[in-house]
Amino acid sequence: MYDVIIIGSGPAGLTAAIYNTRAGLKTLLLAGAKWGGQLMLTTEVENFPGFPEGIQGPDLMANMRKQTEHHGAEIIDVNVIATDFGKQPFVVKTDEQQYEGKAVIIATGADTKWLGVPGESEKIGRGISSCAPCDAPFFRDKDVIVAGGGDSAMEEACVLTRFAKQVTIIHRRGEFRASQAMQDKAKANPKITFMMNTQITQVLGEMKVSGVKVKDTINGEEKELVTDGVFVAIGHIPNSTVFKGIEVDEKGFIKAREHFHTNIEGVFVAGDVYDHQYMQAVTAAGFGCAAALEAERWLESQT
Amino acid sequence: MADVTFTDSTFKQQVLESKLPVLVDFWAVWCGPCRMVSPIIEELAKEYAGKLVVGKLNVDENPQAAGQYGIMSIPTVMAFKDGKPVKSTVGAQGKESYKKMINEILG
Repeated sequence: MYDVIIIGSGPAGLTAAIYNTRAGLKTLLLAGAKWGGQLMLTTEVENFPGFPEGIQGPDLMANMRKQTEHHGAEIIDVNVIATDFGKQPFVVKTDEQQYEGKAVIIATGADTKWLGVPGESEKIGRGISSCAPCDAPFFRDKDVIVAGGGDSAMEEACVLTRFAKQVTIIHRRGEFRASQAMQDKAKANPKITFMMNTQITQVLGEMKVSGVKVKDTINGEEKELVTDGVFVAIGHIPNSTVFKGIEVDEKGFIKAREHFHTNIEGVFVAGDVYDHQYMQAVTAAGFGCAAALEAERWLESQT
Repeated sequence: MADVTFTDSTFKQQVLESKLPVLVDFWAVWCGPCRMVSPIIEELAKEYAGKLVVGKLNVDENPQAAGQYGIMSIPTVMAFKDGKPVKSTVGAQGKESYKKMINEILG
C-alpha cells in the first residue's frame, strides 16, 4: 500500500514525486512505457529557470528523474491501463500488476494530435512526423510542411530550417496563436514561408510522403502541393481516457477544482492533462508541486 | 551477450546474412527519444542472447543502411529475418512492446 501513487513522468509527475518522497510519504511513480513526457521530443529549453545557457529537454528530464530517484521514489516504466477510484484504497492497474494507494496524482500529460486525414497514419515515420528535433536531419535539402499555428509549430519550423531547403507553415486560420516572440523568429527566417487559411485534407504518396492536398478555408478552392515531409503541430490530446469517473471537459482535459482536487476526493491532478492554458515545463512542475502538497495535506486530514 | 554495433560495412554480414533474427535500433546522438530506447535495447540483447542478435546503428555514421530501409524518423526499431525486414516500429516504445514484436518474429 502506497501513500501516494503518481501517474506520469513529465515535469508535473516528477516534481510531485520529489515533494511527496521528501515529505516521507511512501510514493510510487508509474512513469509510463515512454517516460519523460513531451520534453523528450524537444531540443533546447531556454525558459526553464536555473539554466542560464539553456538545457536540452531530454537532459532536463533525465536530471529530474535522477533527483526523484535520489529522494527515494519508486519508479516503474509502465503504462496504466485501468483505475478504480470508487473506493479506498484506490486501485491502479498496469498490464501485469495492480497497486493500491491512499491518494493519487494524475499527471499523464498530453500527446500529439494528428491531422486525422486520409494518407496520414500509414506514413508516420515515412515523412509524417511530430518531432522536428528527432527527424529534421532526414530532410536535408528537402521541402517540408509544418501544420499548425502555435508556438510548437513555429519551433518545429525553425528547427527544420537547419536542414530543409524550404519550410512552409500551413495554418487553417488567418492568424497565429503563437507568442509574438516565436512568430517574429519564424517570420525573420528566410527559409520559412506561410500559407494561411489553408487546411490539409489528404496526405499523398505511396511508400512515403510525396505531397498534400489542401483546401482554402475561405473560398473552398483545392490544390495539391509537392512536399517531402509533413510535421504535425496542431495541438495535443490530454491523456485522460483511462480514468473512469474523473470529470473532464468537452476536450478531455481533467477538471481541477480548488487546489488541484478532482471531483473524487483524494485524487489530484497536475500538468498538461488538465492545463490547456499555459502548457509550460515550469508551470507543469509548479502544478506538480502544488498537487503533491495538497495530497500531503489531505492525507494528514484523513488520520 | 551484449548488444552489437552495426555499420554500413558490416550490415550485410551481421544483419542480412545472420542465421538468427536480428533487431536493429536506428538512432543518432541528437535524438532525445533514442536515449529512452538505448537502455531497453541493451537489456533485450542480454535477455534474448542466443535467440536473437540485437544491436544499434547510428544513422549519421551509416547513411547507406538507413537510406536503404527508408528510415525518416528515429528511433526506428526494425526486425530482420532471413535478410529481410519483417517488422518495424517508429518512435520510442516501451520494453513490453519491443518484446511483443520479438516474440512474434521468434514464433
